[in-house]
Amino acid sequence: MQGTDSPTGLQQSTPDGRPIQELDQVVIRFAGDSGDGMQLTGDQFTRTTALMGNDIATFPDFPAEIRAPAGTLPGVSAFQLRFSSFDIHTPGDAPDVLVAMNPAALKVHYKALKPNGILLLNTASFGEVELKKAKWAADPRRDGSLDGYRVIEVDLTERTKEALASTTLDNRGKDRCKNMYALGILYWLFHRDMQPTEKALAQKFAKKPEIVEANLLAMKAGHAYAETTEIFQTAYQVPPAKLPPGTYRNIMGNQSLTLGLVAASQKAGVPLFLGSYPITPASDILHQLSGYKNLGVTTFQAEDEIAAICAAIGASYSGLLGITSTSGPGVALKGEAMGLAIMAELPLVVLNVQRAGPSTGMPTKTQQADLLQAMYGRNGESPMVVIACSTPADAFEVGYEAIRIAAEHMVPVMVLSDGYIANGSEPWRLPDVDALPPITVKFAPAITDGSKFEPYKRDEKTLARPWAKPGTVGLVHRIGGLEKQDVTGNISYDPDNHQHMIDTRAEKVARVADGLPPMQTLGERTGDVLVLGWGSPRGAITAAVMRLQKQGHKISAAFLRYLNPLPKDLGELMKGFKKVVLPELNKGQLAMMLRAKFLVDVQSYSQVNGQPFTSQAIEDYMSKLLKEIR
Amino acid sequence: MTGVEQPKLTKKDFKSDQDVRWCPGCGDYAILNSVQGAFAELGKTLHGTVIISGIGCSSRFPYYMETYGFHTIHGRAPAIASGVKISNPELDVWVVTGDGDAMSIGGNHFIHAMRRNVGLKILMFNNRIYGLTKGQFSPTSPQGKVTKSSPMGSVDYPFSPIALALGAGGTFVARGVDILGPHLQDMIKRADAHTGTAMIEIYQNCNIFNDGAYKGFTDKEVRGERMLELQHGKPLLFGANKDKGITFDQNFQPQIVTGADLGKAFVWDECSPSPAPAMALATMDEAHFPVPIGVFRRQEKPAFERGVLAQIEKAKAQKPADLKGLLYAGEIWDVQ
Repeated sequence: MQGTDSPTGLQQSTPDGRPIQELDQVVIRFAGDSGDGMQLTGDQFTRTTALMGNDIATFPDFPAEIRAPAGTLPGVSAFQLRFSSFDIHTPGDAPDVLVAMNPAALKVHYKALKPNGILLLNTASFGEVELKKAKWAADPRRDGSLDGYRVIEVDLTERTKEALASTTLDNRGKDRCKNMYALGILYWLFHRDMQPTEKALAQKFAKKPEIVEANLLAMKAGHAYAETTEIFQTAYQVPPAKLPPGTYRNIMGNQSLTLGLVAASQKAGVPLFLGSYPITPASDILHQLSGYKNLGVTTFQAEDEIAAICAAIGASYSGLLGITSTSGPGVALKGEAMGLAIMAELPLVVLNVQRAGPSTGMPTKTQQADLLQAMYGRNGESPMVVIACSTPADAFEVGYEAIRIAAEHMVPVMVLSDGYIANGSEPWRLPDVDALPPITVKFAPAITDGSKFEPYKRDEKTLARPWAKPGTVGLVHRIGGLEKQDVTGNISYDPDNHQHMIDTRAEKVARVADGLPPMQTLGERTGDVLVLGWGSPRGAITAAVMRLQKQGHKISAAFLRYLNPLPKDLGELMKGFKKVVLPELNKGQLAMMLRAKFLVDVQSYSQVNGQPFTSQAIEDYMSKLLKEIR
Repeated sequence: MTGVEQPKLTKKDFKSDQDVRWCPGCGDYAILNSVQGAFAELGKTLHGTVIISGIGCSSRFPYYMETYGFHTIHGRAPAIASGVKISNPELDVWVVTGDGDAMSIGGNHFIHAMRRNVGLKILMFNNRIYGLTKGQFSPTSPQGKVTKSSPMGSVDYPFSPIALALGAGGTFVARGVDILGPHLQDMIKRADAHTGTAMIEIYQNCNIFNDGAYKGFTDKEVRGERMLELQHGKPLLFGANKDKGITFDQNFQPQIVTGADLGKAFVWDECSPSPAPAMALATMDEAHFPVPIGVFRRQEKPAFERGVLAQIEKAKAQKPADLKGLLYAGEIWDVQ
């Protein structure tokens, strides 16, 4: 924990006289069995902390199995959060506090804890069998494994049972409240308000008052335990962050992406249609949109990935905004249909919440390895607009932008998110709804004078073809996946026409760049090193580059939302630096694209272990590189 | 639909300006003719009609109709058509597909369209061969079929598309034949009147790769003896003089009855609550029994898209759209 002097200069203390130390940031990791409620616990801490005005970033890290065997290493589920009194960009590298609910959680996570970090350990299950299940050769509490940490041993299971003695819950039910006991302890330790959690639980379990009561009892008992026993010598406080003025809401990536799509649909005045097939980590988009029927959203849970995109294409053909949500394996199945949308020149948004591949890979772990698939994963010359979101809050703008581009340019758009963005959360400064950019949709008007409708007659500026809704008088026409003559849309095998159409489809995508703003940089527009980023590494890159800039290095960063087409000034920007480095969670896919396109020696910094970059790793890499350059 | 009063169209009005490019003598010509005729008689509009196809010879169909048309990708027409129909239930959406398109590569979409009861009319041209890829066996080719990809005869057992549709919960399942125009037109009109998914299997002759596949029962000379026309409320009779009937034993095995037993012929009820009689006819051995045509099953059930729309309307009534309210929801806080 990085402590600072109290800005007020006042000596603060807890009611019983223990000092309250002021910190500018804390990283906490909750770890337990999949069934221990770690995600819920982390979520509650996050909400409370966001409401108390701190900046916050979260990183849930859970297994694909819904309930892996209890007490085993694969069953460990974790939730990391970082909160601060300043603007932060990542959920932190190493935790200051680790809550370990069993020996398996301890085994998986204890090495990550910072030296002298606080380890709150549930001692309920340290029998021989449990230790063996967690692959501990000996009891780690006794053999020195935990030396160097501030270990706080509490039998959370037993303490919770005692606290809930008066309730009607059975033992199993009582045991399930132990996460709230741990939360209560942390609420005391970090001076958090318990009210938001009281409110949230009352809402979440509105139909089960006995569960609400038990959870709150457990939380308050934990809080009282920390207060009355002397397990902690000090309590801590993190003052609110100085975020830009506005109204905030804590948001997860999938949620904000969804809101961006809905907002765009409302602005455009065209309803959304989602065709989707459940897949981790994208399913929440389907869940969320299913709840927005009052905003005219249609959701169609299709029989498979292909049907999902095909139904979305059918919807777009009918005059709705067709979208489909999936992850990499689903994108693989949708390839042919994306080609059809490119050929039919219909608006379509494909959301790829990337996960670790190949094949089934590691569904709950993050990766950015679907970029080349997004760019080139279809037969024939089939360019598609590709844009990426970089943080949970940024996903709102990207969702909005995807609809704008698809509808105004009559093109399919691929949005790349990833598991880290999808499930992570951060405070989001809510936009002024009236100030959202306009989205202009023009449906082709009816023709009643007998003249022939030309389905591929293009807009001069964007090259978009008219969007003709079936049901409109005078616009009957046929389209399809066969090559067609420009303007008329009739089938054509003419060589010159085919060349022209391929060039036109590419040019249409390229012209999306015409309306893009110039690239922003973090730092100067010239210097020694430019760190380029796209997608979720943004936070870690920002934190690392800012630290290096403070040390006086001539290092800048820039982030790409638009991957196809690329911003027009990217080539020029890269020329201003001695070295361009691109950290990405793949084997160097964007680096390869940029090298090919600009003939610039972009250096790839690759990581593909299913985990996000830590800012420390990026800082170390860049430091070394800066030394080499000097 | 943009409402402009138009005079009732003729068959010719439904013909597009594109040259029809099926092989001369193909059964598809007759089907196209029947569809155009039926559409005109039904008083359809051009702009209110959408025809969606997959890939294959039959799937060229939309290009020849002066309606909205979408020639999509292999097997996926029912999925795309579902998106169209759900998005705009007022549209009259027809799917044209074949035995390869619907039974093989698109089998999944076919059965799920049946299950959901989306208001689509599916015309499945069954020629029991892959035509566009020049003559391989299809999932409806009889076992032992010698083709380019099965020089020693195919080992595959075939599907009965009717049985598949029935098994998937199809609410309107019928069969027609390319060359029996008036009957086929009648099937098209009856499919049109149905609210949910309507499927018509159309026996279609491929004169290039599988000529005469249906000759054994569709030829004029044998038709009376070899085909059984299903008529709602009437006994299952066939034969040139209607002197043979079909009945079922206690195991639902079909049996042919004649003479004094003719009165035992099963009285056809296309709305039977049980799919068993329809299934028994759909799986009847073609070699020993007459081939049924007509409506196998018809059940009234609310269409999928109406249910979807009803939920949206209900949600809108309960909670009017409010974008600001949507974004500024949950726990929010102000930073000064």
